[in-house]
Amino acid sequence: MIQLLRVVILVFWCLSGIGMISCQQPTGPEATTSGPLTIRFSHVVGSLPLQLNGPTYATNQGESFTVTKLSYYVTNIALTRRDGSAYIVPQDSSYFLVRAAEPATQTIRLSNVPTGDYTGLSFLVGVDSLRNTKGISDRKGVLDPAQNDGMYWDWNSGYIFFKFEGLSPQAPADPAGSRNFVYHVGLFGGYTMRTQNNLRTVRLAIGENALSVGPTQSPVVDVQADLGRVFNGTTPVRLSETPRIMVSPLSAGIADNYARMFTLINR
Amino acid sequence: MRVHYWLRYLFVVVAALCLGVASCQKETGDPPTPALPATPDPKPVEYVPTPYPWKKPTNFPDPIYDFTKNPLTYEGVILGKALFYDSRLSKNGTISCGFCHQPAFAFAHTDHVLSHGINDQIGPRNSPPLQNLAWSRHFFWDGGVVDLDLLPISPIQNPLEMGDSLANVLAKVNNDPVYKSRFKTAFGSDNVTSELFLKAISQFMLTLVSANSKYDKFIRKEGVELTDQEANGLQLFTANCAACHSGPMFTDGQFRNNGLPPNQNVLTPDQGRAGITLRDEDKNKFRVPSLRNITMTPHYMHDGRFRYLEQVLNHYANGVQDSPALDPLLKRNGQRGLQLTKQEQKDIIAFLYTLTDYDFLSNRQHHPN
Repeated sequence: MIQLLRVVILVFWCLSGIGMISCQQPTGPEATTSGPLTIRFSHVVGSLPLQLNGPTYATNQGESFTVTKLSYYVTNIALTRRDGSAYIVPQDSSYFLVRAAEPATQTIRLSNVPTGDYTGLSFLVGVDSLRNTKGISDRKGVLDPAQNDGMYWDWNSGYIFFKFEGLSPQAPADPAGSRNFVYHVGLFGGYTMRTQNNLRTVRLAIGENALSVGPTQSPVVDVQADLGRVFNGTTPVRLSETPRIMVSPLSAGIADNYARMFTLINR
Repeated sequence: MRVHYWLRYLFVVVAALCLGVASCQKETGDPPTPALPATPDPKPVEYVPTPYPWKKPTNFPDPIYDFTKNPLTYEGVILGKALFYDSRLSKNGTISCGFCHQPAFAFAHTDHVLSHGINDQIGPRNSPPLQNLAWSRHFFWDGGVVDLDLLPISPIQNPLEMGDSLANVLAKVNNDPVYKSRFKTAFGSDNVTSELFLKAISQFMLTLVSANSKYDKFIRKEGVELTDQEANGLQLFTANCAACHSGPMFTDGQFRNNGLPPNQNVLTPDQGRAGITLRDEDKNKFRVPSLRNITMTPHYMHDGRFRYLEQVLNHYANGVQDSPALDPLLKRNGQRGLQLTKQEQKDIIAFLYTLTDYDFLSNRQHHPN
């Protein structure tokens, strides 16, 4: 009788073991779920919303300006989890051009982000170095020099990462008599030798209230860019002294400033 | 004689049979037509372009351009040539690539100090010739472009040259049914993208190979001999010039300063390579040009300051100015420039004449139709 009972118990253990194993989620792509994620960029100058050809803004050095153009590349987006691991958006879907002149471009919609909780968001302001060396067949969409609103230097092959233009009474007039400021920041580090690299990675901590992504959720991340920081940043920029910076060593200071102008809001 | 009734019936039956068979036949000679397929053939007729037999000259190294990403076809080359000579690629329809890059002069803007572009504006630099581009690592005097496929965007969009935008030029090409059909033939698509447009122009430019000068035939031992003066010039060239103007391309492709004094006649000094790299050590350095077809491509230097080769040789012998940027090869043994007598300078020039490739200059396939 006891022998029979032992056998029954043994069989019971085996069956439950098999049952537990079969209840585990099988690994493999068919089993992971994913969901969408929306990243919304908004632009301010200090406490005021940014309007193109709109109000006059002030720098913290007593200079004033209006804005006529703001465009920048957001690329190579990654989402980090609590354990430090990251989901890197595949490159073929990770190049975006945000243009204040076209508000629709300020909303980036990612799909197929693996289900999970994310505590960090990072992106590159600009186009990564490797892409800058690729052939014309690898430059589609916003990477196509004919479709990216002039965000490309054709005479010094490379993308312009950040364009910020406007007018300022403190800016000395350019040869055409215009008191403008023009900041075009590019330079990816060079083709055949090491040269200036103005690429900057922005890392934002999402904090306690982690971003929850899944098939039934529609999470939104709001990223605010304070363009006032372009002047008031770690490298002070005076419109009266350096109103026009393009291919110049001074562009590194502008890049350092705008790299720190992004914050997460509403979270 | 009475005909038997059964014979009459037999006749009718046989006649009927004959008529029936006859009516079943079509006109004589036609085979029976097959039934039409139920669905149309899903594969449309595809045009297969003809590979262009691009050959590397035997005395040249392997090309740098990656032909696998843009295999040459006759259709692509001829289309690229049409674009090259089409002045609609400029804003007001007056400037084509061929305007500054003239085939009879190795695709340089000969007799021009500086090129004039759209609306007669003058640029800051002398247009270089277009030859042997498959072997170039850098393009332009300052090496600002590395990929031949990306080069045309620059002159098209330069406000002093063609004054247009790539987007606008593509719109013009896409509005031209003749171009659309030619792109369809060459690349299989009549949606002319940046990629196809630029690759077509590259295909034509890659065919501009100059390797048949007197010097080339001499080097390849094709039964051509140099004169005594030319041979002496070659020896002097090898000893004095070939360190920079090296190899079959007559350039090492590097950026160097050759002691030109600052040009007093320009408003803004030309930074040369430093305008691209922002490195101090690159100030006033320019790409060493090839010397092939040099007799056909005056003026000389990045700013076209010299009209005659005699002036160039005189500069190297007597005019080299020292500066931190001056190339070490021009201050050897504590002496500035090259130690060349007047006669030696003449001999070198005689040698340079052997680099003229008349086949290349007169090749009808490169000239506009």
